[in-house]
Amino acid sequence: MSSAEFYSLTVNGVEHQVADAWIGESLLYVLRERLGLPGAKGACEQGECGSCTVFVNGESVCSCLVMAASAVNCEIATVEGLNSDGTLTDVQEAFITEGAVQCGFCTPGLVMAVHHLLDQNHSPSELEVKEALSGNICRCTGYGRIFAAVDAVIASRNGVES
Amino acid sequence: MTITKTRRDVLGNSALRPDGAAKVRGDFSFTSDLNAENMLWGATLRSPHAHARIISIDYSEAWKITGVETIITADDVPGLPTYGLISQDQPVFARDIVRYMGEPIAAVAADHPETCRRALAAIKVEYELLPVLSEPEDAISGTVPAIHPDGNLIRHQRIVAGDVSATGPIVVEGTYDIGMQDQAFLGTEAALGFPDHDGHGVEVHVATQWLHEDQKQMAACLGLPENRVRLVLGGVGGAFGAREDISLQVHTALLALRTKRPVKMQYGREESFFGHVHRHPAKVWMRHHADQNGKLIKIEARFVFDGGAYASTSSAVLINGVTHTQGPYVCHNAIVDGYAVRTNNPPCGAMRGFGVVQACFAHEGQMDKIAAAAGIDPVTVRLINAMKTGDTLITGQTVESVAPVERLIRETNEIPLPAPLPDVVDELHLPGGSGITSERKHIRRGIGWGVSIKNIMYSEGFDDYSTARCTLKDGAVTLKFATSEVGQGFVTLAPQIARSVLGVDDVVCDTIDTNIGSAGSTSASRQTWMSGGAVDGACRLVRERLFEHVGAKYGVDPIRLIIDDTDIVDTVGTLRVSVHEATQGVTISEEFEHHHRPTEDLDENGQGNCHVAFAFVAHRAVVDVDPELGLVKVVQIATTQDVGKALNPLSVLGQIEGGIAQGLGLAVMEEIIVENGRVRNPSFTDYLLPTALDAPVVVARLVEEPDPQAPLGAKGVGEPPCISVTPAIVAAIRDAIGKDIPRCPVRPQDICL
Ligand code: FES
Ligand code: FES
Repeated sequence: MSSAEFYSLTVNGVEHQVADAWIGESLLYVLRERLGLPGAKGACEQGECGSCTVFVNGESVCSCLVMAASAVNCEIATVEGLNSDGTLTDVQEAFITEGAVQCGFCTPGLVMAVHHLLDQNHSPSELEVKEALSGNICRCTGYGRIFAAVDAVIASRNGVES
Repeated sequence: MTITKTRRDVLGNSALRPDGAAKVRGDFSFTSDLNAENMLWGATLRSPHAHARIISIDYSEAWKITGVETIITADDVPGLPTYGLISQDQPVFARDIVRYMGEPIAAVAADHPETCRRALAAIKVEYELLPVLSEPEDAISGTVPAIHPDGNLIRHQRIVAGDVSATGPIVVEGTYDIGMQDQAFLGTEAALGFPDHDGHGVEVHVATQWLHEDQKQMAACLGLPENRVRLVLGGVGGAFGAREDISLQVHTALLALRTKRPVKMQYGREESFFGHVHRHPAKVWMRHHADQNGKLIKIEARFVFDGGAYASTSSAVLINGVTHTQGPYVCHNAIVDGYAVRTNNPPCGAMRGFGVVQACFAHEGQMDKIAAAAGIDPVTVRLINAMKTGDTLITGQTVESVAPVERLIRETNEIPLPAPLPDVVDELHLPGGSGITSERKHIRRGIGWGVSIKNIMYSEGFDDYSTARCTLKDGAVTLKFATSEVGQGFVTLAPQIARSVLGVDDVVCDTIDTNIGSAGSTSASRQTWMSGGAVDGACRLVRERLFEHVGAKYGVDPIRLIIDDTDIVDTVGTLRVSVHEATQGVTISEEFEHHHRPTEDLDENGQGNCHVAFAFVAHRAVVDVDPELGLVKVVQIATTQDVGKALNPLSVLGQIEGGIAQGLGLAVMEEIIVENGRVRNPSFTDYLLPTALDAPVVVARLVEEPDPQAPLGAKGVGEPPCISVTPAIVAAIRDAIGKDIPRCPVRPQDICL
């Protein structure tokens, strides 16, 4: 196995050394298998399902499509970094209370996608929500409860009783 | 439907998932997240051919790769060389012949997934290609050589009921094609196996639907006693039928035993398409005879289910198909022939709906044809034929289940239709969305109906049971069962049952593994009834002993005691003590096995009480179609479902919406394309799944008429949502464009050519 040199990745504000890694490893693989951060999931490894969604320099990306070694010097954020203090974010809370979680395999990616959407757009329209989440496949819920969770967060952030 | 929350998470309340916080945090351990010290990775070499003789296999180059620890083939299977749910006809590894594209030939264990990939690429297999049996009718005709020692016909079943010469003034017929659908759960197959120190046993953590069935099949193939094959449920990322058969279980265990190290196997998406069974593609011919008012007189039908290379559950899928020929309608005369056949296509087996999806697509197409011939609307034809409790099926079985078919149709019909498409509209609202541009002026709207009956639980004499243990200690309950949690929410429901029966709030579910009796499969919409019944039974036994204990302590006849909220109360006296207080220092543990009533085999004329119970649902679909581009947008699904009792309304709604999305997928998007045995689209790029933009508005209502046979009054709710929504959507497309489309999924060329 051809080894790359050491490189380091900054994930959730913490610098991690990646040693003896094969240079072709995806960011998804390195996060999961080398850095002990399994929150991002792989369901297609082809950029189609969004289960592996993380942020690189604030951009939402499919980590299965990013070479880990190319993310050196970037700020990487994963689902594990959303609540380092052990609390839940409003999006995570809403996913639970609105029934947006079944098997949960799509959930970390969707939670990241919803955070990304709502950080950029405080009151997205129904269509904007659907478009923003259309890169995240959920096979269990049919999306209805996921939309309900997003609506609940928008309402509470905008001070509306839900 | 509206969801309300009450104070305690008891039955009837929308209790929240106990694993919800872990899942939203990314902390929940799916099987693919598991790791172990000193762990190796396993991978499978698969046949690129649909039918071939293996001339030779040369591993020498693969062995030279640093990091490769073992390579195993059919020669390394110590026990039974084959496995299978109903008949053991599928090799663990192909020995001389491969019968489908993707059939396993060898497996390797190595230090890194990339090493595995290179090792597989270095194994040279020489094949002699054989003629591919890809056409199910060839398998029936007997004109081609058998591709398996068990022959090309997996099962034939006939149903003959009533007067087969009966006819009427209306005769309509059609031949319907249903495509091969994939379950496409998001969490692909994964397992982590640990060898026992003595090398004579193994523990496997696996994402499966039925731990004990896996255990039985694995032990047979491994040549080990069942108690030396211990299974633990790893986190499961969806199932939908695809985890009912063995996939990587035996391979993982063999690699771990061989290398004496923990071995993890995990399929990528492409391998997942080859690694599990799919929904049977089927061709269904039906001819319905009706009187001039559209009332059914007789049904003739012929079903052909393509089972692919190995039997899996094909014979049971076939029985479900033929016994649901009539749908939720009264008809006394029928002649039905059904075949499940073996071909060199991918093996097919369980998927949500299990044979009934195919039957329903055909009978609902037929109901609309009868309506047209009788000059009545799709609602009327269904109402005048609607089945009721006590009606007799074409199998001679009486429908004892609550059968509120008429009510389901009427209540669905009352749901308001969506507003018409405005003249000026965002392109995302149009068929095709932003990808392909429909023009508003071309769009035509259509409305279609689908109504279905679905058997729940296992059939044909199978003694289907589930086991649970309830332990009450110091005011807290621990529940133990082997019921696979695949996302459906049994881990939410089971504590609700304990809270209702025992008046406790503190309930935890123990590890789900084989350290208790079987729970049966998480399939056939059966766990709420079966494992729910087992948990309820165990909790009731504990409650009896609790009452005895409290009765003795306070000098009250236990028969006078009841649970009121979280207290134990004497119904004729003044005693009121909280369960929490009454159980301090007390441990009561009871186990219960729930069996449903026995069922029978069908005789050669398809007569017999082969099913346990039935659930019903109605769907109305509204679609917008662009007839020029052949594009469809499903606008709204209105549905009313017969649930018996909604034990957790939020979970029920989740099943309804999720099932509808899968049925929508089969209606307009999802099909595994197989050409001469070759799978052409094994990826999420080419196999299209519904996204957030495809999700229709779902307006759901429930009919709650508790079923007296069901332990908790509740029917299973998992399968019905995905069954009749598919024909409803296709009917709506037909309605929009005025063209008969006899297949699903509906492709652009079916609409515009
Ligand atoms: S795993 Fe990255 S998009 Fe599917
Ligand atoms: S909850 Fe299972 S894939 Fe979304």
